[in-house]
Amino acid sequence: MAMQNGSSQTPWVRHRRHSNEDVQEASKANETHLLVNDQNKYRSMLVRAYSSVWMIGGFALIIYMGHLYITAMIVVIQIFMARELFNLLRRAHVDRCLPGFRMLNWHFFFTAMLFVYGRILGQRLVNTVTSDKVLYQLVSKLIKYQMIACYSLYTAGFVWFILTLKKGMYKYQFGQYAWTHMILIVVFTQSAFTVANIFEGVFWFLLPATLIVINDIAAYFFGFFFGRTPLIKLSPKKTWEGFIGASFTTMISAFVLANIMGRFQWLTCPRKDLSTSWLQCDPGPLFRPEYYTVPKWFPEWFPWKEMAIMPVQWHALCLGLFASIIAPFGGFFASGFKRAFKIKDFGDSIPGHGGITDRMDCQMVMAVFAYIYHQSFVVGQNLMVETILEQILMNLTLDEQQTLYMKLGQILNERMTAQS
Amino acid sequence: MQNSGSQTPRVRHRKRSSEGFQEASKANGSHLLVHDQNKYRSMLIRTYSTVWMIGGFALVIYLGHLYIAAMIVVIQIFMAKELFNLLRRSHEDRQLPGFRMLNWHFFFTAMLFVYGRILSQQLVNTVTTDMVLYKLVSKLVKYHMIACYALYIAGFVWFIVTLKKKMYKYQFSQYAWTHMILIVVFTQSAFTVANIFEGIFWFLLPATLIVINDIAAYIFGFFFGRTPLIKLSPKKTWEGFIGASFTTMISAFLLASIMGRFKWLTCPRKDLSTGWLQCDPDPFFRPEYYTLPRWFSQLFPWKEVAIMPVQWHALCLGLFASIIAPFGGFFASGFKRAFKIKVCNLEQS
Repeated sequence: MAMQNGSSQTPWVRHRRHSNEDVQEASKANETHLLVNDQNKYRSMLVRAYSSVWMIGGFALIIYMGHLYITAMIVVIQIFMARELFNLLRRAHVDRCLPGFRMLNWHFFFTAMLFVYGRILGQRLVNTVTSDKVLYQLVSKLIKYQMIACYSLYTAGFVWFILTLKKGMYKYQFGQYAWTHMILIVVFTQSAFTVANIFEGVFWFLLPATLIVINDIAAYFFGFFFGRTPLIKLSPKKTWEGFIGASFTTMISAFVLANIMGRFQWLTCPRKDLSTSWLQCDPGPLFRPEYYTVPKWFPEWFPWKEMAIMPVQWHALCLGLFASIIAPFGGFFASGFKRAFKIKDFGDSIPGHGGITDRMDCQMVMAVFAYIYHQSFVVGQNLMVETILEQILMNLTLDEQQTLYMKLGQILNERMTAQS
Repeated sequence: MQNSGSQTPRVRHRKRSSEGFQEASKANGSHLLVHDQNKYRSMLIRTYSTVWMIGGFALVIYLGHLYIAAMIVVIQIFMAKELFNLLRRSHEDRQLPGFRMLNWHFFFTAMLFVYGRILSQQLVNTVTTDMVLYKLVSKLVKYHMIACYALYIAGFVWFIVTLKKKMYKYQFSQYAWTHMILIVVFTQSAFTVANIFEGIFWFLLPATLIVINDIAAYIFGFFFGRTPLIKLSPKKTWEGFIGASFTTMISAFLLASIMGRFKWLTCPRKDLSTGWLQCDPDPFFRPEYYTLPRWFSQLFPWKEVAIMPVQWHALCLGLFASIIAPFGGFFASGFKRAFKIKVCNLEQS
């Protein structure tokens, strides 16, 4: 997802700068920077397509390998993003007077990592080690005291920060402290929600990420061929034609892709532990196609008399709507931020263009929405006996399950005696 | 609340006595409390306002969980207002109409999110009698997260749309500042309110320990203070710190026993009513009897002592209150120095 976004934008921006210079050399009077007027656009599009194909291939491989590997990929991306952002507003000459200050950033990063992944993957970790008695006790204890362990680490970092405050550098240090917190929130919110979504089913990660990529690519093409009216002052190359064309494309592909992806159990089944084996499960009512007869007012050349639509496709339409309308604001935010602090790019991990954060800006907004949407609208609909039973087995300890069993038995007995 | 109240006269006293002393003799570099001339007069003023604060606080505790939560919300609003105004630059703000509204929009969203999560179960339990209201409230609680997220996204989009050329840096700094303030203000109030509904004991004991720590540090510093503790706060001394630590831990042990006897303080509140509470006391609050060793009972009249398990937990709370909690004060001192904020801006009325 990130890579496709990056590669699809890389030649675009390279092309922007490239053609900018040509046009400016050719005629300074021509003020428009719109893509449709550039001369070398066809050559750049080929370069872009080539790297996109490679990225898509790599990404598909990771999806095939499974949940744990996708999570690992996200953790790696996160580390790179955090490193870029930490380095962004650091001033090297001031930092030399404060040894060990950089360590503080990474201490807070490690604490946040422990907290976020401990919470999300805690119960699944316990489920992975149920076979070994000793390991099970150890892991259960770790999970139980996870929150206070993270809090102690945070407090240790806080105390360390205060003890290392140096006269004359207070403002810099407080600025860095606030900056560290903001970075960690931005980076970890989106990765936490992404990982939580992955373990609910790769579908809920893959579909939103793909929609963002499709939105980007479609906006590029529509801007390429039809772009005339600028969209927003922050990003002068974006156009209204690109925006609207991309919106339609995204929503249609959301509807179609949900159908295609919903057929694979590898993508739709939730993962209850940290193994990497093949998944087998009951897909749930969301992924079972319902048959609708095509209404009479549809034109006669329409070949299908009835359509099989999975309920999940309607949800996908909502995701597509969000991806086309709100997600680009993540990109605008990043553009405005770069202008505000006079930064050209967030980093230089991706040669020729920029850093990982440049690529992830829209994905972040989408990941959070996908998780919240899933928790609010999808989990509710999926409430069957099996899913509740799975949640109980997954989220409660053995003692809690026994207590639940006894209490449920009592309530049911009372109800039966009341009825009879 | 008491923390800032007890600190206000202390700070006023510090400033006043500093100035008086500096006028008297510029050669003397020490600012320690034990050398000030007007200290006894200031202590009287401080005691007077402390007594009023404690009285008001006890009244709110008596009124109950909902009123305490309301008091915390009010304090939160005042804190947020102070902090929002702190790094605002008014001449820039005049060019950005409606920008202050954005801060309050995010504040309202955070309020809805935090209190919605904490109080949702209590709210549902309050309206179980009325069928229609119950359905309505259950639906609201179900879609609470997405409603808050929608509000946040609306604020985010509004922020981006109102970005004005040449003011980007100011606007982004204000955005980050707003987020930091809301995190600081809402984290502590969210956890406080969550604790209150578990039982007022778990809110009252920690708060009281901080107050006792402050007062004890002041008194110990007053009478014995010689060695400065940290460069950030030159008036704090090691004698004050250590004396306060011991006092805090001893009073934690004793106060837990006293507070643990009142059902009003120990019972959790399951709904949002304000009636009297009745519940089965937690095993934490049931006293266990320990026989005292023989050498002890020869000196003292007690043969056995009743200790509630909660008192051991209170010792841990006291340890944290005396050792780590002062760092919150140091953080605020450092912050004020970093941004050259004058103390008089933060005086509470």
